[in-house]
Amino acid sequence: MHSFLSRANTLFAFTITVLAVLTTGVFISTFFEEYRGTVSIGAVRPIVKHMTDFSANRKKNDLGVLQLTLDMDLNPLFDWNVKQLFLYLVAEYVTPANTLNQVVLWDKIVRRGEEARLTFHEIATKYYFWDDGEHLRSNNVTLSLNWNIISNAGRLMHVRANGSTSFVFPDQYITSRTASPKPTGQQ
Amino acid sequence: MHWSRKLISRLLRYAIVISTLLMLWKSLILATNCSQPILVVLSGGYSFHNLGDLLFVTNYPADSIRAGDVVVFRIEGRFIPIVHRVIRVHEREDGYVKFLTKGDGNSVDDRGLYSVGQLWLEREQIVGKVKGYFPYLGLFIILLSNLPLLDRLLLRVVT
Repeated sequence: MHSFLSRANTLFAFTITVLAVLTTGVFISTFFEEYRGTVSIGAVRPIVKHMTDFSANRKKNDLGVLQLTLDMDLNPLFDWNVKQLFLYLVAEYVTPANTLNQVVLWDKIVRRGEEARLTFHEIATKYYFWDDGEHLRSNNVTLSLNWNIISNAGRLMHVRANGSTSFVFPDQYITSRTASPKPTGQQ
Repeated sequence: MHWSRKLISRLLRYAIVISTLLMLWKSLILATNCSQPILVVLSGGYSFHNLGDLLFVTNYPADSIRAGDVVVFRIEGRFIPIVHRVIRVHEREDGYVKFLTKGDGNSVDDRGLYSVGQLWLEREQIVGKVKGYFPYLGLFIILLSNLPLLDRLLLRVVT
């Protein structure tokens, strides 16, 4: 333990070991945390269009268009092991062609320290609501908000918030001549 | 002791260490039902995966893949798997299911990354779901992977 290199080596190995133990401790300390919460979701003016999906199979599929009203307080979720939250809104529905369909309509990253009390009033969906087929008319869709807890070290947890809501699409298509708000990507 | 006995004894000790590590690794593959249970993040394009992070992946068939899950998938013909999030799931009555994925930081979905003409991911192309994560521990493996031969032997993932 006299040369510079052997001292540096010992110091380095010790530092790494301590950091690893600390990280494991952080992981274990939040292992049983459930991260539950309640949000309020509203679906506004849902309509169905029938258009060619150029991003997929180039056939005519149903496109659902709606606005979202969201209200949530995420502050209780941030403990010392949470680096950021990935929020995502999932629309879930059943069609004759597919027994289970899930489409993510909106997502957001909330980092620790950023504003965690979020309210959105009638915003457009972030992603297009394409169906794999043409069965959105009169379909009962459930919207639920989920968050993915991204920790400093540990499990990658997905939690569904309480407060999902359902809505039914109208039973007629909208013709493209009617003025209707479009998702942000189109404009 | 005769020099050859010393040599053999030393070789055997190394062999025991290496084979124990190999057996531990294989047991982990069996326990997680996943061909690559631990992966090291290569590029820092994703929202929360930084260079050098370790990802723990499992692939239980009963653990169904739903929208929002972070999955590891491999496109046919490509060596390095990709870690992205599932944004669309369509499951048929007969059990056939297809997925669409997108990286959190990307504004477009992954269809540009799939093979030509491929629109959806199928269950077989998904290596597993990411269950946990440990920061920075993989940096050492990345340093090692700069040696040309070790490249193919080590586990890496691109995000």
